[in-house]
Amino acid sequence: MNRLAFKLEKRLNPSPAMIAIVPLISVLLALLLGAIFLSLTGQNPLAVYATMFGEALGSKYGFTETLVKAIPLMLSALGISIAFKMQLWNIGAEGQLYMGALAATWLPLTYPNLPAYLMLPGMAMLAMAAGGIWGLIAAIPKAIWKVDEIITTLMLNYVAILWVDYLVYGPWKDPKGFNFPFTAQFPGAARLPGLGDSRVNAGLVLAVLLAILLAVVFKYSRWGYELKVIGASEQSARYAGMHIKKKILVVLFLSGAISGLAGMTEVSGIVGRLQHGISPGYGYTAIIVAWLSKLNPLAIVLVSILFGALQVGGYAVQVVGVPAAVASMLQGAILFFVLGGEVLTNYRIRRAQRGEK
Amino acid sequence: MSGLEFLIPLLAAAITAGTPILFAALGELITERAGITNLGVEGIMLVGAVAGFMAAVATGSPWLGLLAAMLAGGGMAFIHAILTITLRANQVVSGLSLVIFGTGLSGYLGKNYVGIPVPQSFTPVPLGPLADIPFLGPIFFKHDILVYLSFVLVIILFFYLYRTRPGLNLRALGENPAAVDALGLNVFALKYIYVVIGGMLSGIGGAYLSLAYAPSWLENMTAGRGWIAVALVIFALWNPVRAMLGAYLFGGIDSLGFRLQVVGVGISPFILDMLPYLFTVLVLVFVVARHKGRLTAPGALGLPYDREER
Amino acid sequence: MKEPLISLQGIVKKFPGVLANDHVNMELYPGEIHAVLGENGSGKSTLMSILAGLYRPDLGKIMVSGVEQKFRSPRDAIFYGIGMVHQHFKLVEPFSVAENITLGEKDSFLLSKEKLKTKIHELGEKYGLKINPDAKIWQLSVGEKQRVEIVRMLYRGSKVLVLDEPTAVLTPQEAQELFNNLRRLASANCAVVLITHKLNEVQEIADRVTVLRQGKVAGVLEKNQITAQEMVRLMVGREVALNYERKPSSAGRVVLDLEKVTALNDLGIPSLRECSLRVREGEIFGLAGVSGNGQRELAEVIAGLRRIESGKVSLDSQEISHRSPREIIDLGVSYVPEDRLGMGLVPQLNTMENLILKNYHQPEYSGRWLLKPKVIQKHAEVLVDQYQVKLASLHQPVKSLSGGNLQKLLLAREISGAPKLMVVIYPARGLDIGATEAVHKLLLELKSRKTAILLISEDLDEILKLADRVGVIFNGQLNGEFPIEQTNLEEVGLLMMGSRSVEERIDDNEPACL
Repeated sequence: MNRLAFKLEKRLNPSPAMIAIVPLISVLLALLLGAIFLSLTGQNPLAVYATMFGEALGSKYGFTETLVKAIPLMLSALGISIAFKMQLWNIGAEGQLYMGALAATWLPLTYPNLPAYLMLPGMAMLAMAAGGIWGLIAAIPKAIWKVDEIITTLMLNYVAILWVDYLVYGPWKDPKGFNFPFTAQFPGAARLPGLGDSRVNAGLVLAVLLAILLAVVFKYSRWGYELKVIGASEQSARYAGMHIKKKILVVLFLSGAISGLAGMTEVSGIVGRLQHGISPGYGYTAIIVAWLSKLNPLAIVLVSILFGALQVGGYAVQVVGVPAAVASMLQGAILFFVLGGEVLTNYRIRRAQRGEK
Repeated sequence: MSGLEFLIPLLAAAITAGTPILFAALGELITERAGITNLGVEGIMLVGAVAGFMAAVATGSPWLGLLAAMLAGGGMAFIHAILTITLRANQVVSGLSLVIFGTGLSGYLGKNYVGIPVPQSFTPVPLGPLADIPFLGPIFFKHDILVYLSFVLVIILFFYLYRTRPGLNLRALGENPAAVDALGLNVFALKYIYVVIGGMLSGIGGAYLSLAYAPSWLENMTAGRGWIAVALVIFALWNPVRAMLGAYLFGGIDSLGFRLQVVGVGISPFILDMLPYLFTVLVLVFVVARHKGRLTAPGALGLPYDREER
Repeated sequence: MKEPLISLQGIVKKFPGVLANDHVNMELYPGEIHAVLGENGSGKSTLMSILAGLYRPDLGKIMVSGVEQKFRSPRDAIFYGIGMVHQHFKLVEPFSVAENITLGEKDSFLLSKEKLKTKIHELGEKYGLKINPDAKIWQLSVGEKQRVEIVRMLYRGSKVLVLDEPTAVLTPQEAQELFNNLRRLASANCAVVLITHKLNEVQEIADRVTVLRQGKVAGVLEKNQITAQEMVRLMVGREVALNYERKPSSAGRVVLDLEKVTALNDLGIPSLRECSLRVREGEIFGLAGVSGNGQRELAEVIAGLRRIESGKVSLDSQEISHRSPREIIDLGVSYVPEDRLGMGLVPQLNTMENLILKNYHQPEYSGRWLLKPKVIQKHAEVLVDQYQVKLASLHQPVKSLSGGNLQKLLLAREISGAPKLMVVIYPARGLDIGATEAVHKLLLELKSRKTAILLISEDLDEILKLADRVGVIFNGQLNGEFPIEQTNLEEVGLLMMGSRSVEERIDDNEPACL
């Protein structure tokens, strides 16, 4: 039987310095681990990282692409953070994003001639409603019978993705699209305006405003207080007379609605149509973003940009023959180190005297 | 086409399609019995699938592939064990990061293996006279050896849990680790062991896909089977025999969709592909609702154990 | 003198912020019943956990029959014949008695039920501890569970039996029976260690007593030196009022009125059965009973947290049976639950946030959307000061507070709302003498302000000290009710077990309380 030569001792108060330092060190350690792994598989880690970050942050084009990827991450992560605050493990952001994209697409396909001032808000409303309903489907059994929302939200991701596939391979396929799995191009009125001449769209402004709003809600509002109490102790919340079931429904609806909005900004702001694989897993990456940000909305904005860069860098390294999957590997590794590192904020490591044999 | 001609191959296919889910579900069942939730099954299966495939390609032996898958799965689960048992990290988030990490790692490693054949895979071996039993024979006894292995595993696990002393300890571990600790068993070591064994079984589930079911490697080839396995453990009320029935039910739904496509009902394949996922949600809701939320889940499932917590 | 079975020498154990044991010495001889006496926080539970191998001492030696041994885990302690019966039983509820007894044993790979049953039966005969090996733990009464723990330790060959607060949850009669059993064990040359803070028990049964105070040994008394005064002096280090000055109650109108209320527990089994009860303005109604007889459900029904199946609950003649918890709070019902941390208070939140838990929605503390942080902080400062809650900062999560301070914080919130009715469960559980006194004084003061108080407790001393009327709850029903002047301890004890005796219940294997 191994005896560890150190032991963990609970800190009476979490160390504030560690709260800030741990995520930073985690990212560095994950990159280090990634470097070791890359060299073991015959790559030059420095070259790979240089390509990744050089591309994502070094050029104007690369940086705008980073921001482009950061928009859906921000929105989804903000949505996720609301649910996670209440200890509702909504991991269905991916599906909610797809549903948002689907619903948003319906409007320009059905009424292509609407003016922009009706079209864009209409698409946003539909996207939020669809994403919200997708969240609600998991929320209802959770509220009534306590059915594990992790599994239901996740299963619904697959359903949403298949639904979109069904449409873009079938009824909604662009007749002039040479059989590619996408819909017809949206009319101009259905396109979110860009910022300047870049591909970065107004979704960024939306996401940042939403982050500020949520920061206020979490910290100063009655609603945010209830969220915090329910998340910390459901028993206490019931005892204090809060309506937990209603809150589960509202929170998962909102959480899904915001991810749905991310779907709308993708189809309307970036692609201009609905297509197969509209999201390369933003909804999953957003979970990491939310956790790494400790559910702090303003931190989410920054961390999303970092992860957007990782995504862009992942594509960039494909050119030098490294699979793009390296990005999600690094993301997973960062999360491991953050989780492991959290121990340092709550515990102090002490050497224990070794038990003699 | 007569009913039986449609039914027998369908049921046989249900077993084949259910087997990878069964292995993973048994792994998760053991893990949860030890009081740890490991939501990383999907990622573990993917890493198991790719490791198994790579080893089988390199050595030419599917058995060595299987061994590699077990080691890889155990290794992934070991990360979860360190994070959740020793470092007391949040089990949900740790499991999720395992999925993301496993998806990335398997995609990275498997990049050059997409579309190449495996020199030797696990192929059906009719089980002597048993295979000739009418009706039952073709359903149960004309499979590859891993399917038979899963039959045996279910029986062993059932026996182990309910009739042996270490099985009693395992059940107690998930119910009340403080009791197990007070009686002088090493709670931490036991949890590590069972989490790693659970990961090994999930690894086998993944390898079954790449070495027997497909047999080939495709990025994200598990397509949510790991998650279905997690749901299945709840559906099975933590009982291995029920897990087996459940796995075959899902396998049946899966192959039903495929077969309906072949027969040519006018439903889009995308819609048919939704069936297992929708079915999982419905079954989960049904089972939980029927038990009014009072499931027989291990009492201390998901809670970190700290002896000196005061 | 005989050689000690166990001797602890210079034991030191530190926890973050606390020196739980400070060079403690103790010797245990075969055939003796040795009491370890001390207030909560004096380090007695820590010391026993060290003896049981759960904690490792930072310094000091454990000698077994004169030879130093290292206890690295409970396995070692069990190996050297030390068996611990914890206050919170270490039993696996869904398992049978036999499975619990064999748990952790290193024997055959396969489980053999018959062999096990025979041995349990033999042990039962030898020490007079009868139990049914096939019963499931959750079906047993607290006393029976305790017996399972004792038999389990004997089964594992324990020569030293350590019991942590064994009578805390027993009726006087059950406690008496436990003492008889312990006597029998001691005369079979076992050493019995009794950890307690009840003086009368020590006087009744102990051969020797070690008194701990603030982690140190304050003194060791031999049988002939044991007196209540001496023990209190050693334990507290000062004189303590053993009784409060009681103002006669000026009980007025009925505030709380329960009429034939039936409610289910979490398992869906009826645990309040047509229970009727009245509490008047300006009185403390003390409800005695062994825990698990419907107390928790009763309190939750009143607070609106549990649905009632039939019957009627009224507050000031207004029916509140199906009102929401929030409406009931707003009508002036306060509730101090038994889970201070996790129900009454939210561990991760700070003091300010906890103090507005029940009234954050009122215009005083928040507008339509936003909270009023300045008012909230002021409110917290005033209450913390007024109720003398000791804390490092208002911004610190309350989970780091001591039990006494938590209870003061909780009472501060509940009392400050000037309630019409206050329901308190086990208010002094786990508190030291000083904190208990403070909590009791707060309740008496609240009574003098005309609040109706329902005091639910398993500690008869507490009820006799505070209550104006006493009721006994058994099996979900009020099983007798008297004014305090006519209350007889013996009779209350009998009522706490229903009209039937302990022996009867064990013999027909009936689940004692569901």
